[in-house]
Amino acid sequence: MPIKTPFFPRTSELCDSMQWKEWAGYYAASSYGIPHDAEYFAFRNAAGLLDVTPLFKYKVTGPDAAKYLSRIMVRNIEKLKVGRVTYCCWCTEDGKVVDDGTVMRRDENEFFVTSADPCFSWFSRFLRGYKVELEDISEKVAGLALQGPTSRDILKQICDAPMDELAFFGLTKAKAEGFEMYISRTGYTGDLGFELWVENEHALKLWDSLMSAGKNYDIRPAGIAALDMVRVEAGLILKDVDYYNALHCLIEDRMSSPYEISLGWTVNLDRDPFNGQTALKAEKERGSSWCIVGLDINWPEIEKLYNKHGLPPEIGSSAWRDSIPIYTDSSKETQIGYATSGTWSPILKKNIALATIEKKYEKYGSNVQIEMTVEHKRHTVSAEICKPQFFNPERKTSTPNNQKS
Amino acid sequence: MSQKYDAIIIGGGHNGLICAAYLAKVGRKVLVLEKRHVLGGAAVSEELHPGFTFSVASYVVSLFRPHIIRELNLAKHGYEVIPMDCSFLPLPNGDSLARWADPSRSRREIARFSKKDSEVYPEFSKVMTHMGKLAKTVIDYPAPDISSLHPKELKALFRLGKTFKDLGPDLLHLNTKLITMSALDFLDLWFESEVLKAPMSVSGIIGTFQGVRSPGTAYVLLHHYMGQLDGAFRSWGFSKGGTGGISMACANAAKSFGAEIRTEASVDQVLVKNGTAQGVILENGDELTAKTVISNLDPNRTYLKMVGENHLEDDVLKEINRYKLRGSSGKVNLALDRVPEFSCRPGVGEHLKGDVAIAPSIDYLEKAFDQAKYGEFSTRPYINAVIPSLTDPSVAPPGKHILSCFVQYAPYHIKEGAENWPKHRDAFGDTVVDTMAEYIPGLKDMILYKQVLTPWDLEQQMGLTEGNIFQGELTLEQLLFQRPLAGYAKYKTSINKLWMCGSGTHPGGGIMGAGGELCAKSMLESRAV
Repeated sequence: MPIKTPFFPRTSELCDSMQWKEWAGYYAASSYGIPHDAEYFAFRNAAGLLDVTPLFKYKVTGPDAAKYLSRIMVRNIEKLKVGRVTYCCWCTEDGKVVDDGTVMRRDENEFFVTSADPCFSWFSRFLRGYKVELEDISEKVAGLALQGPTSRDILKQICDAPMDELAFFGLTKAKAEGFEMYISRTGYTGDLGFELWVENEHALKLWDSLMSAGKNYDIRPAGIAALDMVRVEAGLILKDVDYYNALHCLIEDRMSSPYEISLGWTVNLDRDPFNGQTALKAEKERGSSWCIVGLDINWPEIEKLYNKHGLPPEIGSSAWRDSIPIYTDSSKETQIGYATSGTWSPILKKNIALATIEKKYEKYGSNVQIEMTVEHKRHTVSAEICKPQFFNPERKTSTPNNQKS
Repeated sequence: MSQKYDAIIIGGGHNGLICAAYLAKVGRKVLVLEKRHVLGGAAVSEELHPGFTFSVASYVVSLFRPHIIRELNLAKHGYEVIPMDCSFLPLPNGDSLARWADPSRSRREIARFSKKDSEVYPEFSKVMTHMGKLAKTVIDYPAPDISSLHPKELKALFRLGKTFKDLGPDLLHLNTKLITMSALDFLDLWFESEVLKAPMSVSGIIGTFQGVRSPGTAYVLLHHYMGQLDGAFRSWGFSKGGTGGISMACANAAKSFGAEIRTEASVDQVLVKNGTAQGVILENGDELTAKTVISNLDPNRTYLKMVGENHLEDDVLKEINRYKLRGSSGKVNLALDRVPEFSCRPGVGEHLKGDVAIAPSIDYLEKAFDQAKYGEFSTRPYINAVIPSLTDPSVAPPGKHILSCFVQYAPYHIKEGAENWPKHRDAFGDTVVDTMAEYIPGLKDMILYKQVLTPWDLEQQMGLTEGNIFQGELTLEQLLFQRPLAGYAKYKTSINKLWMCGSGTHPGGGIMGAGGELCAKSMLESRAV
């Protein structure tokens, strides 16, 4: 039975659709209205407010905190500056990804880590020998993601932090009326956006002040359905959809290395030992077997397929999370991988997907065939392989006072 | 001489009925003889108090082989198992732990005692799934004989070997640990919280004269995970109408294929001539002949009572006398006038609809075993209780309930001698009620009817020698090609044309049906019938 986040008194009142999902043991609004288009456009056009409390949250403190985190993360956390955030993943000794999340350096010796799966047990296994304290604050701290072009302006109304100076992946402490919070310029939408972290007791104050200040900036509570669309546009992968926690995989085929799920850029190989280093070095040398790519699915071919049946193209308004086979050609003789999630992108006017394919076929601009079922019949349409990032507006990273990240 | 029956099956337990169904299905003439007025053996439902139907002995089901359900069309004949959603552990300090089918809910519950354990739980399940996969290839086939060089045996061994090899080195090492370690030591590899380990470890001792710290008990843990592989996530469940419902479905299937079933037909002995079984002699003196005889009874009863020492060779006699039964558990069934509520978690919640374990600590369990070692029943025993009437309304009148308690340890061999159990029956029943009442205030005032079954009673009523619920301990030396006896596994006995199909054969106890099925299939394959 899921439980309620501290924002539930507000979200439940606003959730007219009565559509909820279970997210890490919490109720999460799937969409507030039907359809969820308005929530999608709030993210891209104004500001969407999403309850991200179900993320797991950890506080790591102590003189060895940076060293310890560098030991478990694929990224060298010792290089992360105070007031900065980094996105990365963590691996087993075999170099297979356990989970991904953000690491925020609040102070020289204080870090805040978010994850999708509960990782206290995993993190605890490597504490030995480090002067560090690990605390699971998942149930003490609530989180909101305020994402979209007007998000910065809204935050300026409610807190004292220099929002015009907060760079992409920056972190600041902020004072608002009656409470304090941390603001990180992070998110899961690939847009200008922030994540706000408060003690549970202040959660409703934060929600109310945002909704009230946001009125003039077209703020709107948004659910998972809209988030699913924007995250595919941004090419951000999702655990249990695009990859699986290696600790829970029954077979090795289901495990992935960071290189295989487009997170190779987060790996800092040449440094002191860290979990998975040897295996990752070997894989880097040998080359990976798989990779995640973007697919731009050919619209005219889709139209043609539907036309054959006397139909206009019918593409669902929601993102999907099924495994769809990818072939080299329409004979379907050689399957080279599978798409794991996709969506119609209203802003790009494209039908897009994220797919895992054999590395040797990763050639941007080349064409593959993706299965498509029309009127109960399985066909294929062509799709162009591209970088797994379809939407990347300048506002995502730009900062008014020009302190570029 | 032409015989009326191709096979006579002694004992109408679920395995005997399944064996009959498989043989009848391919046209064999089969007669099942049950000494009691009801079918089912230990998987039996009886209305002992007006309106209350008790699963008198065996009370939950998980391991029943799904292919048997399909092959015998048991669903059509009334097989229905309702899954349990929760495992509940009340604690004496007023706290409690409930483990749910919902993984997040379980995680939150376990995290109150150990955050680490709460997150390790899925990793443990993953490993046990692999181990269960291995065990499944073992239980769904007759155990290969390692001393034989027959190509068929070698092929079976090879198949088994491949399954082991496919595990990979890490899991293979773990498998060795699983076979040799104690249940507790094995759980220690993962968990730190006793509140979690205590109720998990008891899976390793059920029906065994061992403690949770005794080596070899880890293997029995595995039995609790195997059911999950059969496409049912929540694998433990209640049989509709009690566990006798399963036996009745098997009986109905057997009858639909033409098998004949007689109750209150007690067999006195197997008719053996020149080392060959010819039929049976009933208690009333009637002689029934058949081409083969199949015993659903335990090995001890089969060899020593039905066949008799005179027909046994010395080495067989020696081995059968060494076969370990030594029952360690009893059963207390209560009819209640309302729902029993636990003081540590009041209310009639979902936590009451699964099983309830009285296993508050490792020391508690180990102390319970200590007493048994010296011939006493535990004054504070491990209890596994269920309230099936909260899930299956057909077993009790509206608003009334059944509290069924499996109790361990109740050693068959008490120091005064097993035959003196009847003198201790009331005290044993009181101990169980007193123990439960520590968690359920007012329990004593709710009781409308009480049935107390000591191991002595299980032997007298159900024919389970020494009250062993598995027809012989599930310890490694009595499993696989050594169950029940080395050289006489594979459902054959030392007597020509006498076969065995009960829990005393591979793969062992629990409502699995595998013994009955594999016996029938082995007989058909070797054209014995």
